[in-house]
Amino acid sequence: MPFFEAVRLALSSIRAQKLKSFFSLVGVLIGVTFLIAVVSIVQGMNVYMTDKFAGALIGVNTFQVRSRPNIQTGNSTEEQYRQWQRNPRITIEDAAFLEAKMTTPARFARAGFDRVKIDWNGKQAKDIDLQAVDAEFFRIKHWDISEGRIFTPQEVNIGASVVVLGNELGERLFKGRDPIGQTISIGGLPHRVIGVVAKQGTLFGISLDKFVVTPLTSPARRLVNRPHVIDDLHVQAENPAQMREAMAEATSLMRVRRGLKPGQPDNFHLESAEGALSEWDKISKVLFLALPGLVAISLVVGGIVIMNIMLMAVAERTREIGVRKALGAKRRDIMAQFVVESATLSVTGAILGIGAGILLAFAVRAFTPLPAAVAPWSIGVGVGLGVLVGMVAGVYPARQAARLDPIAALRQE
Amino acid sequence: MSDDIIRLEGITREYLMGSERVLALRGVDLTIRRNEYVAIMGPSGSGKSTMMNMLGALDTPSAGKYWLNGHEVSQMADDDLARVRNREIGFVFQTFNLLPRASALANVELPLVYAGVSGKERKQRAEAALERVGLGQRMHHKPNELSGGQRQRVAIARALVNEPSILLADEPTGNLDSTTSEEIMRVFGQLHAQGQTVLVVTHEPDIAAHAHRVVVLRDGKVDSDRQNPVTATGVAA
Repeated sequence: MPFFEAVRLALSSIRAQKLKSFFSLVGVLIGVTFLIAVVSIVQGMNVYMTDKFAGALIGVNTFQVRSRPNIQTGNSTEEQYRQWQRNPRITIEDAAFLEAKMTTPARFARAGFDRVKIDWNGKQAKDIDLQAVDAEFFRIKHWDISEGRIFTPQEVNIGASVVVLGNELGERLFKGRDPIGQTISIGGLPHRVIGVVAKQGTLFGISLDKFVVTPLTSPARRLVNRPHVIDDLHVQAENPAQMREAMAEATSLMRVRRGLKPGQPDNFHLESAEGALSEWDKISKVLFLALPGLVAISLVVGGIVIMNIMLMAVAERTREIGVRKALGAKRRDIMAQFVVESATLSVTGAILGIGAGILLAFAVRAFTPLPAAVAPWSIGVGVGLGVLVGMVAGVYPARQAARLDPIAALRQE
Repeated sequence: MSDDIIRLEGITREYLMGSERVLALRGVDLTIRRNEYVAIMGPSGSGKSTMMNMLGALDTPSAGKYWLNGHEVSQMADDDLARVRNREIGFVFQTFNLLPRASALANVELPLVYAGVSGKERKQRAEAALERVGLGQRMHHKPNELSGGQRQRVAIARALVNEPSILLADEPTGNLDSTTSEEIMRVFGQLHAQGQTVLVVTHEPDIAAHAHRVVVLRDGKVDSDRQNPVTATGVAA
């Protein structure tokens, strides 16, 4: 029997019994829904983590030389934590040393951070990130300026009391008025606003636009760190390979500078997006390991349900099978008819599951801060699994049907 | 090959009923020529149904030989039997046995589907077969939208569509009233007049009366085999 004939036949028997067919393919539907939704969310997270999280928090191809980790991932022991506390702070001199000795082409920016209060015209903003940095910091962070300008290396050299605002802070403080040229007070120290950074949005629901940036040497820096001390040195290489090279170089240079003997642990920390992402990598690996199991369970259940439905269909349609055999259907014709019917049933479930999975992924994206991106390969896998489950589940019932004795089948009421 | 379309030689069929052996057919010899119109009769238990299954290539004999249109059917395996049923035999059943969800046209197309005929030719041939039995106007009706007589005509069209060597009808009027029965028997008469070999298995003498030759089975053997003097001239008219 031609293939399309069999599919048409299968679709017409699915249509004839809509509710029963729906229940019989719920298992496959759930399995595929799960597959699509989880893959979409994990893939979305992957893109998000690499592009946005790493880019926004650390910078592309960038690492930081620090006394201890900033982004803490995984479980660190009490002992490890105390070790980090004992690490000497990074100084301006450390930074100058690295900048002078490193041979890998790179961009450097020293930086210090704290949380401060900002006042302007009787209004106050609390808990604002103050970043005291070099001018190169803007390029490393890939920040665009929406109004005004960034500060120059000269302004860093002379310790000018100027400030660049994060977008949300600018809007909140000035409410539509032009912030450029206004003087705000950072912890009581006056600074003139010279620019605003373009809006960056949120990361896991947290605003990335509530900050102020001043030159590393501005009056406000004294709110951040003791003289000569910085929180980290940002080093940006041109590509991932050079970044790894630069990290190796920075490690050995720092060890030399600090007089560490071989075998002694580093008393500083290099932080990179790779490091921060490794934890997410572990999580996504676990999800991808668990996923086949969960999908497989639903599909096995779905397959068993379909097999039962097909056995029932064979029993109900014994007479039809008898008639078909009397009219010249060979065993393989009957076999093909029921296998195709079973596969069609299952693929219908898979297609509904793909639809439901995509809807679920979009719902997650719309109603939670979690991102989701539908992976095209998961749709292919979904359809493929549908065909496979249907065919495997259909073989046994189809064989029962193909083996029926036409005389007995015709006699059945 | 001669004009013999069916030749049975010493056909025996035995069944195991539990531990007991039952001989349904005990050495039947029968020859039917092309374009004969034969009724096979007999009381229940005479081996009539077994005979019908045997002739229809639904079953094979325990012993003996069966030639149908030159093919020896008695030794065939499953798939070859299916091919013989598809090409050489047109079945007409007492209960019509149409597929309920398929249109009249789709039902008639079915043997052509299994014969591997392409979609377009299938449709043309099925339409021609339906017109031949006078159902040209009702091709797209489902069986439940047709009367009993119309359903049996669809079944006859389906039996004819592959141009079989024999038309094999099993109590074709068993589910029809007497007027409709006459109508269906008239269709058989016409087909026979057009050259079709027709075999009707029945227990009704009225139906058998339409045939030119009546074979009566009893206890698994041919009890009598005679030409039908009464209607031998009347039917062809």
